[in-house]
Amino acid sequence: MTSEAAPGPRDIAVVAFAQSDTLRTTSDVSEVEMLMPVLHDVRAQTGLKTADIGFTCSGSCDYLAGRAFSFTLALDGVGAWPPISESHVEMDGAWALYEAWTKLLSGDADTALVYSYGKSSPGSLRDVLTRQLDPYYVAPLWPDSVALAALQAQALIDAGDTDEPELAAIGARSRATDNPHAQLKGPVPHGDYLVRPLRTGDCPPIGDGAAAVILAAGERARQLCARPAWIRGIDHRIEAHSLGVRDLTDSPSARLAAEKAGAFERPVDTAELHAPFTSQEVVLRKALRLGDEVLVNPSGGALAANPMMAAGLARIGEAAARIHRGESDRALAHATSGPCLQQNLVAVLEGDPR
Amino acid sequence: MSKEPVAVVGIGQTKHVAARRDVSIAGLVREAARRALDDAELTWADVDAVVIGKAPDFFEGVMMPELYLADALGAVGKPMLRVHTAGSVGGSTALVAANLVASRAHATVLTLAFEKQSESNAMWGLSLPIPFQQPLLAGAGGFFAPHVRAYMRRTGAPDTVGSLVAYKDRRNALKNPYAHLHEHDITLEKVQASPMLWDPIRYSETCPSSDGACAMVLTDRAGASRAPRPPAWMLGGAMRSEPTLFAGKDAVSPQAGKDCAADVYRQAGISDPRRDIDAVEMYVPFSWYEPMWLENLGFADEGEGWKLTEAGVTELDGDLPVNMSGGVLSTNPIGASGMIRFAEAALQARGQAGEHQVDGARRVLGHAYGGGSQFFSMWLVGSEPPDA
Repeated sequence: MTSEAAPGPRDIAVVAFAQSDTLRTTSDVSEVEMLMPVLHDVRAQTGLKTADIGFTCSGSCDYLAGRAFSFTLALDGVGAWPPISESHVEMDGAWALYEAWTKLLSGDADTALVYSYGKSSPGSLRDVLTRQLDPYYVAPLWPDSVALAALQAQALIDAGDTDEPELAAIGARSRATDNPHAQLKGPVPHGDYLVRPLRTGDCPPIGDGAAAVILAAGERARQLCARPAWIRGIDHRIEAHSLGVRDLTDSPSARLAAEKAGAFERPVDTAELHAPFTSQEVVLRKALRLGDEVLVNPSGGALAANPMMAAGLARIGEAAARIHRGESDRALAHATSGPCLQQNLVAVLEGDPR
Repeated sequence: MSKEPVAVVGIGQTKHVAARRDVSIAGLVREAARRALDDAELTWADVDAVVIGKAPDFFEGVMMPELYLADALGAVGKPMLRVHTAGSVGGSTALVAANLVASRAHATVLTLAFEKQSESNAMWGLSLPIPFQQPLLAGAGGFFAPHVRAYMRRTGAPDTVGSLVAYKDRRNALKNPYAHLHEHDITLEKVQASPMLWDPIRYSETCPSSDGACAMVLTDRAGASRAPRPPAWMLGGAMRSEPTLFAGKDAVSPQAGKDCAADVYRQAGISDPRRDIDAVEMYVPFSWYEPMWLENLGFADEGEGWKLTEAGVTELDGDLPVNMSGGVLSTNPIGASGMIRFAEAALQARGQAGEHQVDGARRVLGHAYGGGSQFFSMWLVGSEPPDA
């Protein structure tokens, strides 16, 4: 939140998190069928039913499903009867969580369900993502997401900020995770070049998945969760779209969001970063001032599972779950959107002192 | 918890037309945003956050266009949210922006909604096949016509009511310089003689396809005190959603619409909307939705809405003017249509609506709906702050 906020805002916490396995293809289930078990899981963790929840907000993207209004079907799965107070962002679910957070801050609701999902398998994701570029000057050239990330990686190498062995180590560390929901884990080879200097091991797996979180304010959070993950601050910033006007070796928007979220006020012990490419972790570590003492992406991060539209929300959920389990006291969670880290969100989560 | 009061201090629209071939999408949205900032006498630097909405991305063929539009809307270095709640999105976008102010997350927020339908083909965008799902029956008109027929059967409304609404809204549009359709030679007979498209909906009782954008500057109490022109104050706002199709759904008067209105009235201290609200901008893409929503929103008892329309109550000089701007029937850049309703309500409360101003409009309702009559967003704005 911004520094000009008034005194005494309510304390709001993540009290439950659920996610699906991320799979390369899920052609046997619809988006709604993929989402339903996750919604049941997250509600079961708190005992809340649909009618008990004050506000619902979701994130998804029509372009992945290949049809307009794809989110309306997911709403049917939520069971919006009697009618619910509900909204939707055409963004990663981390931004839906931001909207829900302001709804709880204003006192309009005490609890919120936030969910997001995406299926990348129906289309060619690298091609689909080109459609989010400037439609007049850039999209007609079809520069794909890996090629754009490779530009960023080469800029980093040219600047002396990283080299290929370091990138390989980031990929290996990320996939050395015991996260049962991860799509890619274990000794994954660094592989051949996909787009120089990025090898297959530097790139995220393409997968389908869903995530859900429940937020609660004040005492309600303590009733629903033994150790709530209090949101101490959350902020998001966007940069210019055109790659030609940005320094790709830096992420001023991530840095500013972290500053506004209070991330630099005290050290964090854990960081869940939404860095789909190994090179982007290098950029984010610098912008977010994460030293080697910080545990980065114990979940495996986006290099182990990158369900579009849910991977950012899952980072907040994974960070919160570590606080719930007592494995972290103060964690940073990050989500990104757009080519080469154009838009970034940072949340700072804390557990009660032990 | 006390919420920060929310004021509308700037409003901007483009002149809505069938095709704005002279500007890009970025040029279109910037035009509306610039006008809203000028109205508020603010600059891009005064804006703390940007909230943008539009209907499906397939309408322009650009995935998540807010990424590309960040520069055009002065959002670089700022928070930017993108809302999408089907046809109600323009209203929902304004409400999300208002909540950023009400929660004190941000002091001054630029909110904007747009559609540049000429970039693509909306009918195509709505007609992508979905396996194992019923198609949307020849566009939105095909979906809504049976519900209109159900309303007529249920209430015994004479089949002349729909054309009265279209005739009224098209005449109102002549007083609104931003309206798309300016039919100077409109007559009731012409509306009634227009071809039947989806029985009982005639061609002249349907909305056009427009290119257009609408923007507002929302701010807190301190921001309002610096505003050069009278602000409109948000007295209540709410969203409600229900499933698309299910056995218990009343498609003529959905429960989500009733609940949404009731929540807004509760927040604003409205006990009798017919008496306490001075004018309404409601989302009427097909003319019969005026009497239907009059009932759904509590301005008339069930079965009685058409009588208000027939008696001239909803005319510009009537006792409860509806769609003074010409409404969706005269202007429909889909994603912006809801925000235009909200903005026109605010213009009325500010006394800034020009030729289509309702004298003494102090409390005005803005209404939007979307999907299969399942998503609702509304706000009530007034000329006095909520605690006055």
